[in-house]
Amino acid sequence: MNVPHISIYYFGAISLVLIGLYGVLVKKNLMKILISLSIMETGVNLLLISIGYVSGKSAPILSEGIGPTQAVDPIPQALVLTAIVIGVATTAMALSAAIIIYEKYGTLNVEEIRRLRG
Amino acid sequence: MLKRSLAIISILIIGYWLAQGLAGVPFGQDKMLVGHYYLQHVKEQTGAVNAVTAIVVNYRGFDTLGEVTVLFIASTGVGALLWRKKRERTAKTEGSVVLTTGVELLFPFIVMFGAYIFIHGHLTPGGGFPGGATIATAFLLLYMAFTIYEVPHKAFEKTEGIAGMSYVLVGLIGLAIGGYFLFDWIWQTWQWGTNNLGRLFSGGFIPVIYTIIGIKVGTELSGIVDNMLKEEVRE
Repeated sequence: MNVPHISIYYFGAISLVLIGLYGVLVKKNLMKILISLSIMETGVNLLLISIGYVSGKSAPILSEGIGPTQAVDPIPQALVLTAIVIGVATTAMALSAAIIIYEKYGTLNVEEIRRLRG
Repeated sequence: MLKRSLAIISILIIGYWLAQGLAGVPFGQDKMLVGHYYLQHVKEQTGAVNAVTAIVVNYRGFDTLGEVTVLFIASTGVGALLWRKKRERTAKTEGSVVLTTGVELLFPFIVMFGAYIFIHGHLTPGGGFPGGATIATAFLLLYMAFTIYEVPHKAFEKTEGIAGMSYVLVGLIGLAIGGYFLFDWIWQTWQWGTNNLGRLFSGGFIPVIYTIIGIKVGTELSGIVDNMLKEEVRE
């Protein structure tokens, strides 16, 4: 039962996801939960990017000296570009929902919000 | 306390599980064949030098249209959630001299830099989404510096709509010429820019699409910023 060798990038990505998950599970402030979700998202993006990495190769911009065989995999990068944009959109939605909740209840504590009007 | 320890235990279990799963994925080696195909053919098929851009706009252009739609729905949703009869900016203090002077000086350059990013999307890292976000930061700076500043709503909404429609229009022209939606007619049919690969005027319709996306994202994110900074006014 030993964890085999994993790269530092995978380790960092997993740690970011877990830190975010801890925040989502434990914190009660809605703002902190949203921040945790953002951290989780960053972890997932880092994971995708590091899966696409090929050691010793450069960015997938084909210029002089960089042919098709000298570039890293471009697909994860394109996917992450999409993921970041969608993440920003959902975060904006969630933040505006939080603004509405604060205006209605006067608090951002999820337990109080649940208790006031169950 | 119990909840916290339970959370830590479950996180450790999930972390171990994730680490086990990822230990099987080799790091730093070539894993995917599709990426190879794209890298081998990107130059003659799309005319773009930046493979990421080619995938986002050309190979997966339809998905990007969906992505732009998601962004549009999100910005509309923010507007709908924060909708009130009377909303105004209620900022109390003007920015400091450093901020206002700096913003006045830097605003055109930040907008120009954003435009640079999305016009050169097929050559350099970046593209429509980062360029649009850069333009939105310029407007955010204006909001932070001046208490009474507001973006021109009417013009921005119209620009946004026109940009979205022109994306679909470019795709439909491709449908008319080449037989499928978002067919790269500038590159495939006209062969325009074949002999100056890697210069600004190459890359088929990628610069056109990315300019459209950049304008759309810039106006949308500025609208989101505007919506979030306003508060209801009570008389």
